[in-house]
Amino acid sequence: MSLLNRFSAAAAFAALTWITSTPAMAQATVLRVVPHSNLAILDPIWTTAYMSRNHGYMIYDTLFGTDENAKIKPQMVESWTESLDHRLWTFKLRKGLEFHDGKPVTADDVIASLQRWGKRDAMGQALFTFVQRMDSPAPDTFRIFLGEACGFLLEAIGKPGSSVPFIMPKRVADTDAFKQIDDYTGSGPYIFKKDEFKPGDKAVYLKNTKYVPRSEPPSGTTGSKNVYVDRVEWNLALRDAQAQVNALQKGEVDIIESLGFDFYETVKADTNLQMPKYATYGLQYMARFNHLHKPFDNVKVRQAAIAAFSQEPFLRAQVGVKELYRPCYSMFVCGTPYGGLVGSDIQAKSNMKKAQELLKASGYDGTPIVIMKPTDLAAIQKLPDVAAQLLRQAGFKVDLQAMDWQTLVGRRAKKDPIDKGGWHMFLTSWTAFDVWNPIGNPALDSRGEKSTWFGWATDEKLVGLRNELMRATDPAAKKKLGEQIQTRAFEIGTHAPLGEYDQPMAARKNISGFFITNGNIYWNLKKTGA
Amino acid sequence: MFKFLARRLLSTLPVLLVVAVLVFLMLRLTPGDPAAVLAGDAASTEQIAQIRTGLGLDRSIPAQFAIWAGRLATGDLGQSYYYKTPVTTLIGQRLEPTVSLALVTITLAVLLAVPLGVLAAWRFGGWLDRLLMGFSVLGFSIPVFVLAYCLIWLVSLKLGWLPVQGYKRLADGVGPWLYHLTLPAITLSVVYIALIARVTRAAVLETLGEDYIRTARAKGLPEAKVLLRHALANAAVPIITVIGIGVALLIGGVVVTESVYAIPGLGRLTVDAVLARDFPTIQGVILLFSFIYVGVNLLVDLSYVFFDPRIRY
Repeated sequence: MSLLNRFSAAAAFAALTWITSTPAMAQATVLRVVPHSNLAILDPIWTTAYMSRNHGYMIYDTLFGTDENAKIKPQMVESWTESLDHRLWTFKLRKGLEFHDGKPVTADDVIASLQRWGKRDAMGQALFTFVQRMDSPAPDTFRIFLGEACGFLLEAIGKPGSSVPFIMPKRVADTDAFKQIDDYTGSGPYIFKKDEFKPGDKAVYLKNTKYVPRSEPPSGTTGSKNVYVDRVEWNLALRDAQAQVNALQKGEVDIIESLGFDFYETVKADTNLQMPKYATYGLQYMARFNHLHKPFDNVKVRQAAIAAFSQEPFLRAQVGVKELYRPCYSMFVCGTPYGGLVGSDIQAKSNMKKAQELLKASGYDGTPIVIMKPTDLAAIQKLPDVAAQLLRQAGFKVDLQAMDWQTLVGRRAKKDPIDKGGWHMFLTSWTAFDVWNPIGNPALDSRGEKSTWFGWATDEKLVGLRNELMRATDPAAKKKLGEQIQTRAFEIGTHAPLGEYDQPMAARKNISGFFITNGNIYWNLKKTGA
Repeated sequence: MFKFLARRLLSTLPVLLVVAVLVFLMLRLTPGDPAAVLAGDAASTEQIAQIRTGLGLDRSIPAQFAIWAGRLATGDLGQSYYYKTPVTTLIGQRLEPTVSLALVTITLAVLLAVPLGVLAAWRFGGWLDRLLMGFSVLGFSIPVFVLAYCLIWLVSLKLGWLPVQGYKRLADGVGPWLYHLTLPAITLSVVYIALIARVTRAAVLETLGEDYIRTARAKGLPEAKVLLRHALANAAVPIITVIGIGVALLIGGVVVTESVYAIPGLGRLTVDAVLARDFPTIQGVILLFSFIYVGVNLLVDLSYVFFDPRIRY
């Protein structure tokens, strides 16, 4: 063999080796998840986006959690006491709590975290109207001093919906509440791999081997947070619904957090796939009126619209799969502590004839109702069409305006009149835990233009009832007040609940350990045959 | 030549400036509020207003433009509202997948389309010519996403040969890189094969009727040499033009393919930025696309000198 030939052969071998080379296959067990959306903001206190909250649950821990039956249970807290006048609360942290940087979690970290959260979250803001001060008599003990008795302290600091009070190191929690943090040190069951985070591509979490889980079985956001995989990878690039299912069927991903209803039967028929039940309460659809402008500034017009909104047509059109939806006329989600039907007759026992009569009696002047329809959000895009049709049947004139979701999000924040870009109605969806509590339910804030959520309902009586509930400490009294709030909310037509549904999750059969989380949570899961 | 180059480079500046102003103004006039997107669904109007102030969106449009243009002059494209990351970093992360997809696609398209076009011209009116013309009509007609789903179903799900989705960086090895790019590149190349093959066929067909081809054949040159050396070489200018336009279109037009195959490239970044009303990112990406268009066109113009000695600048 000539020198040239030998050189060529060596070069060819080297090239072949290079071409066929693959990175060393890691032996780690990797859980590959397709989340329901893109992860952009890594500060779960700064934004109310669910993706940021889910990221928060991966890396942070909470003082309390909410179990699968909506009961508040301790998580980082070992024990607590409440003074007889309900004004002094003393909490002791459990042993073994440690941040990812190896430093212990102290009461000072907790106090700083609660203070930052209290400046951003609506329920936190309400709680801090009661808080006089907080202190830490010992590194593992903190106290909350209230100006007056408050009946929702544990519900607030154990809430699982948007803006969860995650505990961060003091140095991080001291960040201005209106600026995003850039240090993602937590004490939760996973550690965020900042160096592997590629926005819009992937987010990586490693098992926190030093995490000390509780001994109780996992339930909701409470109980043991055992991690049985080495690494969780969120595939942020895989956004096309069909492509997600293809990837799951081929085994390129393990879990799809939010399976499109159109693919329910496909996944059900595939013997390699499963759709584990992970939620007790699911989600609630909602129609929200703008109370500032005609004709919805007229309570009778709002009542007519609510009477027209039978839930079944919405659920059938949007979800379609009978086993995934259920009508429920409670504003607080059926089955939750406040989830009764008291006061809901105006919608629950109504019909189109009643709606037409109510509208006729309201003096409605024929103003077209501007409904904002998001064309790009498959999860809710059919609801506005159903609402428009039902309103037309009731005698309304409707102007259904198509737009993308982000245009809707920007426009709904405007209080301008309709001819200057305002709106009359939009429809959305909430997880049960965002609306189950009358204090936290954003649609019930009725302080007019000072209300924290769009629509700006005005009703002194409802404001008074919510204030009373904040101060109530007796469970029976709280339940009674919850019923009164719901009754009043239906009377004044704050909004219309449009039924409940379960958002299916799809996974490969080799993933086990699913439990009722009422959210997207990745502890306790096992993967075999990785 | 150098004067031409300098003149063309200078002429790109006003183009980029006009693009910058237009994009900036159009974004500000488009409905949607980046602050509302960032705040999340449960945010209050007060929180949204605070975020808007933090982003500087409460300033007047001329003031916002002045700030942005000032930064741009120093090469700073600003920071993404949505990802809280410098736009240049985001573009840097997304450039490789898009450029890789574009290059593999155009290579595949050229390697297949040029010989097919030459053969079709050579056998004008024959079965190969008709087959190619039929294919090109199909290639132009079939939407990319339909073709993508069909190929995924067949090649990935039924045959199991290639992955359904994803992208591996070149640093992970050429094998995995090509393994993940093959199906998206095939999908995307179909329309370019159709386009380039048609243009090649037409251009070669025209040159085959020229006197110098007849002369070459009369001299007894082999047919392959006549086709490649004389016909194809003289038909190169329109082919190069189409390939150049194809490269530019590919860089900015791979949105659908990147979405279906979950490739984290510039197309996906653009869509995300538009949906999130991430003004700095949209502005940065569109400026980049404009720059690429101008740059590729310049390269194509320069390449004419090498393919046609009669052209002088």
